[in-house]
Amino acid sequence: MSSSVNGASRLAGPARKWWRYAIVLVGLIVADRAMADPDNYVDVLRGKALTTAGDCLACHTAPGGKPFAGGLSLATPFGAIVTPNLTPDEATGIGRWSKDDFARAMHQGRRPDGSYLYPAFPYTYYTKVTRQDTDAIYDYLRTLTPVSNAVNRNTLPFPFSIRTSMLGWNALFFKPGRFVPASGHSEEFNRGAYLVEGLGHCGACHTPMNMFGANKSDQFLQGSRIDNWTAPNLTNDQQAGLGKWSVEEIVQYLKTGQTRTSIASGPMKDVVEDSTSKMPDADLKAIAVYLKEQGGSGASAPTPIAGSDPRMQVGEAVFVDVCSACHTRNGNGIEHIFPRLAGNAIVRQDDPATLVRVVLTGVRGAGTDAAPTSPAMPSFGYRLDDSQVAAVLTYIRNSWGNAASAVDADMVKALRSKVAGPAERSASQ
Amino acid sequence: MARRLPRKDVVIVGLGWTGSILAYELSRTGLEVVAIERGPWRDTATDFNIGTAPDELRYGVRHDVFLRPTQESITMRNNPSQTALPIRKWGSFLPGNGVGGAGVHWNGQTWRFLPDDFRIRSHMLERYGEAIFPEGHHIQDWPVSYEELEPYYDKFEYVAGISGKAGNIKGQIQPGGNPFEGARERDYPTPPMKQGYAQDLFNKATANLGLHPFPRPSANLSVAYTNPYGCSMAPCTYCGFCERFGCANYSKSSPQTCVLPALVRQPTFEARTDSEVTKVNLSADGKTATGVTYVDLNGEEWEQPADLVLVCAFGLFNVRLLLLSGIGKPYDPVKDEGVVGRNYAYQTGSGSTAFFEDAKFNPFAAAGSLGTAADDYNSDNFDHGPHGFVGGASITCAYTNGRPILYHPTPPGTPTWGSQWKKAVHETYQRVTSVGAQGSVMSYRNNYLDLDPTYKDPLGRPLMRMTFDYQDNERKMANWMADRCDEIAKAMGAKQTQLNRLVGPWSVVPYQTTHNTGGAVFGNDPKTSVLNRYLQSWDVPNVFVMGASAFPQNAGYNPTGTVGALTYWALDAIKRYLKSSGPLVQL
Repeated sequence: MSSSVNGASRLAGPARKWWRYAIVLVGLIVADRAMADPDNYVDVLRGKALTTAGDCLACHTAPGGKPFAGGLSLATPFGAIVTPNLTPDEATGIGRWSKDDFARAMHQGRRPDGSYLYPAFPYTYYTKVTRQDTDAIYDYLRTLTPVSNAVNRNTLPFPFSIRTSMLGWNALFFKPGRFVPASGHSEEFNRGAYLVEGLGHCGACHTPMNMFGANKSDQFLQGSRIDNWTAPNLTNDQQAGLGKWSVEEIVQYLKTGQTRTSIASGPMKDVVEDSTSKMPDADLKAIAVYLKEQGGSGASAPTPIAGSDPRMQVGEAVFVDVCSACHTRNGNGIEHIFPRLAGNAIVRQDDPATLVRVVLTGVRGAGTDAAPTSPAMPSFGYRLDDSQVAAVLTYIRNSWGNAASAVDADMVKALRSKVAGPAERSASQ
Repeated sequence: MARRLPRKDVVIVGLGWTGSILAYELSRTGLEVVAIERGPWRDTATDFNIGTAPDELRYGVRHDVFLRPTQESITMRNNPSQTALPIRKWGSFLPGNGVGGAGVHWNGQTWRFLPDDFRIRSHMLERYGEAIFPEGHHIQDWPVSYEELEPYYDKFEYVAGISGKAGNIKGQIQPGGNPFEGARERDYPTPPMKQGYAQDLFNKATANLGLHPFPRPSANLSVAYTNPYGCSMAPCTYCGFCERFGCANYSKSSPQTCVLPALVRQPTFEARTDSEVTKVNLSADGKTATGVTYVDLNGEEWEQPADLVLVCAFGLFNVRLLLLSGIGKPYDPVKDEGVVGRNYAYQTGSGSTAFFEDAKFNPFAAAGSLGTAADDYNSDNFDHGPHGFVGGASITCAYTNGRPILYHPTPPGTPTWGSQWKKAVHETYQRVTSVGAQGSVMSYRNNYLDLDPTYKDPLGRPLMRMTFDYQDNERKMANWMADRCDEIAKAMGAKQTQLNRLVGPWSVVPYQTTHNTGGAVFGNDPKTSVLNRYLQSWDVPNVFVMGASAFPQNAGYNPTGTVGALTYWALDAIKRYLKSSGPLVQL
């Protein structure tokens, strides 16, 4: 046997390590600094890291499709938008785009021909990305293997199909311009701000939208609902935000997909697996430092619903029967595997959509190199009816120090019709 | 005609405990590894839902996660004068099927064999002389010592998170542990499980009898644990659905909970499920394996070339694959020559069922490895001189389950159906426990495996034939142990006891244990072993064979702990082999 076996191991090991090392290094380069090094390979690596930080892959890859070849259908309140092909294919991708074309799309939301992109592509955030960084991303995308994948880019119904209508939208809701560091804040805070407000486009999901689909800038990062999931409040709010999280816990969550007591699931599972778990620790820490300085809404915590309330009593019975074996009777859960419910920020969000969804359909936790288990919660939609789901969630939201609004059976019913499969609908009534 | 696939560095036959550990450890070094598994993919999240996993009818009775006889059966007879007949429903033992193998449905009792077990022939000869050995025996020393395996036991126990209490750390006897165990470098990774009332009674009774009770080492974890591979587990809920079931609580150590989450992230690893390896292919001179041939679910035949072949199926099927591939000389009991199929062994079970007047044992609060044990009568921990047998047993009082369909013990003399039976089940359920002895089985000239001359599988290949019966040595040992169990049961306060002895020929019908060992034994002499001390084939050095098929004879313990230790022991050797190929033992 074979030198080839040994050869393979010699090659693969060091090459991979070097790659990781390089990504860590480039992440530490301050974004605003002009890139003096003409070595394009470095730019490509930097671009790859930035593309990861922006999680471009998530939207620009169809289920089962080639990476970055587009074709994912995004459900917006105005209709479906299918994401374009970012590979350098000349006919169906961005193979004919120049660096300037790419920067214009990122910074102004315009195509090379001047027509308007829809803000489902978060140019309202990307406008803050430096030109050096958009160039690096462009350089990286040019290295991808061209994939021929023609995507129907005109799926929105009238009147939204008229792209020039974005002219007015932009006038109202779009403030173009590069990121400006906030004075009086640390370099680390500003690095976090640059990532969160720019490439990371965290607010696209975590900020409430107005009726025109624009994020409400006065409620930045205060939580929203996206695709029938609760995108929780990311401010330092004590009740529903990250007020009880340390900087280290936020970093650990973004890096590994979990803290001792909490595990990412739903859309954030994908964000962690595809993006944040691959980002440099220094960037994650900068994000955490920035988030911890975002003031919350300051709303006072509601009074917990009394244990004597019939909904709480039904809920407790369901909890003991169905939930307590894993999440434990006192709501503490099991570290690294079954999330703690007591004091859990997701449990105390105003909007219980994620909770309802998790109980109805089950969910898979994030799996990363550091924490690969990716534990699952099974679905209970097949055996709990709408009022039982409402009761048990009301109980969880108002026990062990938690306090949040009661969950309504009609809300469970409405969500069940949207997210549950046939078996999970069977127990509706 | 098999279609040829691109070459891989390593092909692994079977993705259970041994296959998944080797796949992970080798693919993480960058090697291209493919594992070919006869059964389906299984993982906790998709296959073992807490709402459906504890389904005794589906899993316990209808064998959902077990091998089906239509996939593979064996023929069986008690001795060479009989004609073997095929097993049409697996009974005495239940091989696993699919990813995780028998590691999915095991109870989780995770032992280290005792130092004397590894040099049983030399030790017994030194202490008792040649006369102690039974007629027709093939008892031989293991080619490794306990001390050599200790770091590898440790490694497996820490990957699996085993819950237990050390009895001997670096030569210091530890109160509450097993004082007979070999010295270990450190304690178990997690503390022992909580025990029940029956175990309290057992501990007191055995201590009063001068024995040394301790909690069984358990793969049903007592606390939350994250292993060195980063895989996390939750504490056992004592639901009592372990053996025959996949664990839905992430509480039972298995390839699913301990290895696969890390393995599936390796970019150079690939698993092909529902694909049965039919043969290890050899070069024209028969001295090098060139890969394997397998058949997928559609009946398509494929050739997978590879530089290294790791045979990691269940022990019995490792032996059959070697026989079908022509690796090693088949064993011939008439001439007492050849090695493949030689030294097949099994396990004895005997004991005493104890019926109490006023106890309340709550047997539904159970776990596969819940229980306490005493090893005073295991291995050579006691004087065999007066008894005239070789071997021993671990004696335990355990509650693996109190499930409704199959667990309903009744006192002797109870009718087997009708209202009297129902009444007895009702009255007995809370008031019965047992003291059991799981014993060793020695190897013998006429207990062996070979290819059946008559019966074939759907692909036209001969079935494997098992020729096995308990010998007088094992009966004597097991029945002596049953008497010891009965003494303990009475000392616990039982009103009535029922002795379970080893009588009559071994039957393949009722379930006994899936601890089949031997047939591809490792050793220092190629005349009496298939594999060298590193589990490497003497004849084809790029083939390594894992599993209990390597045991020269069986000890009085469950085999998985030792199978895991041998896997890590072999892994180190495989890594040396990858640097410099060829036989790792030169004769």
